[in-house]
Amino acid sequence: MAVPAVSCHQVSKVWNPDSASPLLALDDLSFEVERGEFIVLLGPSGCGKSTLLYMIAGLESTSSGTIECDKLPVTGPDSDRGMIFQEASLYPWLTLSDNVTFGLGLRGMGPGLRREAASKIMKKVGLGDMLDKRPDELSGGMRQRVAVARALAMQPKVLMMDEPFAALDVQTRTKMQDFLLQIWRDSGASIILVTHSIDEAISLADRIIVFTSRPGRVKKDIRVDLERPRSPRDPAFHALQDELSELLADEVDRAFADQQRSETGSHTA
Amino acid sequence: MKSSDEGYASPTATHPATGPDVTPVTSAPARPRKILGGLSGKMKSRVETACWWLLSVGIFAGLWEFCWYVGWADPLLMPPPHIFLSNLPEQFKFFDRGNIVGSDDTGASVLGVLAVILWTTMRVVVGLGIGFALAVATGLLNRYNRIFGNLTLPTITLLAPISPVAWLPIAIFLFGIGNTPAIFMVFVSVYFIIVLATLNQIDNVPANYIQVARIMGATKRQMYTRVILPSILPGLFMTLRLNLFAAWMVVLIAEAVGVGSGLGQIVMMARNTFNSSLVFFSMTLIGLLGFLLDQLLRIVQKRLLWWIDQEGRK
Repeated sequence: MAVPAVSCHQVSKVWNPDSASPLLALDDLSFEVERGEFIVLLGPSGCGKSTLLYMIAGLESTSSGTIECDKLPVTGPDSDRGMIFQEASLYPWLTLSDNVTFGLGLRGMGPGLRREAASKIMKKVGLGDMLDKRPDELSGGMRQRVAVARALAMQPKVLMMDEPFAALDVQTRTKMQDFLLQIWRDSGASIILVTHSIDEAISLADRIIVFTSRPGRVKKDIRVDLERPRSPRDPAFHALQDELSELLADEVDRAFADQQRSETGSHTA
Repeated sequence: MKSSDEGYASPTATHPATGPDVTPVTSAPARPRKILGGLSGKMKSRVETACWWLLSVGIFAGLWEFCWYVGWADPLLMPPPHIFLSNLPEQFKFFDRGNIVGSDDTGASVLGVLAVILWTTMRVVVGLGIGFALAVATGLLNRYNRIFGNLTLPTITLLAPISPVAWLPIAIFLFGIGNTPAIFMVFVSVYFIIVLATLNQIDNVPANYIQVARIMGATKRQMYTRVILPSILPGLFMTLRLNLFAAWMVVLIAEAVGVGSGLGQIVMMARNTFNSSLVFFSMTLIGLLGFLLDQLLRIVQKRLLWWIDQEGRK
């Protein structure tokens, strides 16, 4: 196969490495993301999946191991790798048009070309007539679509998403998932999406990487070969749901037990 | 700040007069909403605000007049509004167009009053403007360049709590008598506070704003000019408005002592000549001016920083 879009090799992350109680967040993670692949990182909260995303983005450094994009080691953020956060984080002082092309402006693109680019991309996300609106005039789902448009404007090879729909209501969420699949097909970018929702993972992913609770390791790497659009009524969908629930339940139990042990430990100490 | 939760309506707004014209059509008991039924919601709230302003000031003035009427307030020491506002031409002659106090031959007109007001306002506005711009620049530079920050911040922190009044001798040593010491005093009264506020605001810029820009490859300079500066401006403008009243107090002191003209000088002269009417007339002017300037800043804020209200009034 061709050069992977992202490859993580024995990546670990330790928080407060110099303190008395260093915390191992991620331990010896290795996996690859193919070009154009849709990967979902699934795991209990606190398992370090978001941390991994930040490290791939270059916002956070690794403690050991290497992360490569197109065979080039990641040393910092790069516009080849776009990122979408749980909050849309649009700049309230800019119009949607200026928000969407903020990155192009950083590159020195003039206002005329930016405007053109904005109108093209906003059409793609279905907000073509809202160029001059302000972020506070939009609903949560629309705002998140603008955030996607802003990331797409940079024509990234990899698009990372940190629980992008967690703050939305269920109906909007389902719509946004369809929207995301369409964007993904159009752009040809690889997507790495972090979630703790099993249904979201099955609906979207080519591959689901299940994390263990802290320290995060790859517990299972599952290929999802279901035809899209995927229906929750499909028996195969159910089977996957069951499998993933079981995998996650184990981890949640373990995290819970760990927590209790450390609490009683600190009481007796 | 008392006025911050009020609308734009000034106490002299004329809208209340339109109220009684619109008679309620239904037999419903006089609910205020019905009385003002013909007006839009925004207008209604303005009229309501104006009514409260009139009522508040009216009660205050009424109590004062009452005290005079029953003989509790000596008209020589505490002349009520109808006295100190009755002999305006008499007052006007103390306001000189030439920005010099004491010569009453050119006075006795509203122009003189306007000139004095303009001089004082100019000192406040220039001092505030310079103070705000330099303070924000200092704050940004403090965070942008760590060495500059480490070198300047301790000194700034130590100078910040010193009352502006304590700077008065220095202002006069440095700049003598004239406009400059008054402007300097206003500058000093806002500069240190706004530097510290800037640092605080920079440290509280939402992490997501920074990360979005980093992801898209912003350089450090772009981060400061395109993300940090716009996101701290609303909060800083609020700080500026809160310090406006302090600046007004300081400029009067400076004028009384180190300038030799302006409203502060007139208050001082009124005290020395035992002219209590002039004292209260000047105080009225000062109060109105401070209020108007705050309203002006508020409009500037709305125009320039239109996203501030959606941000929950940072």
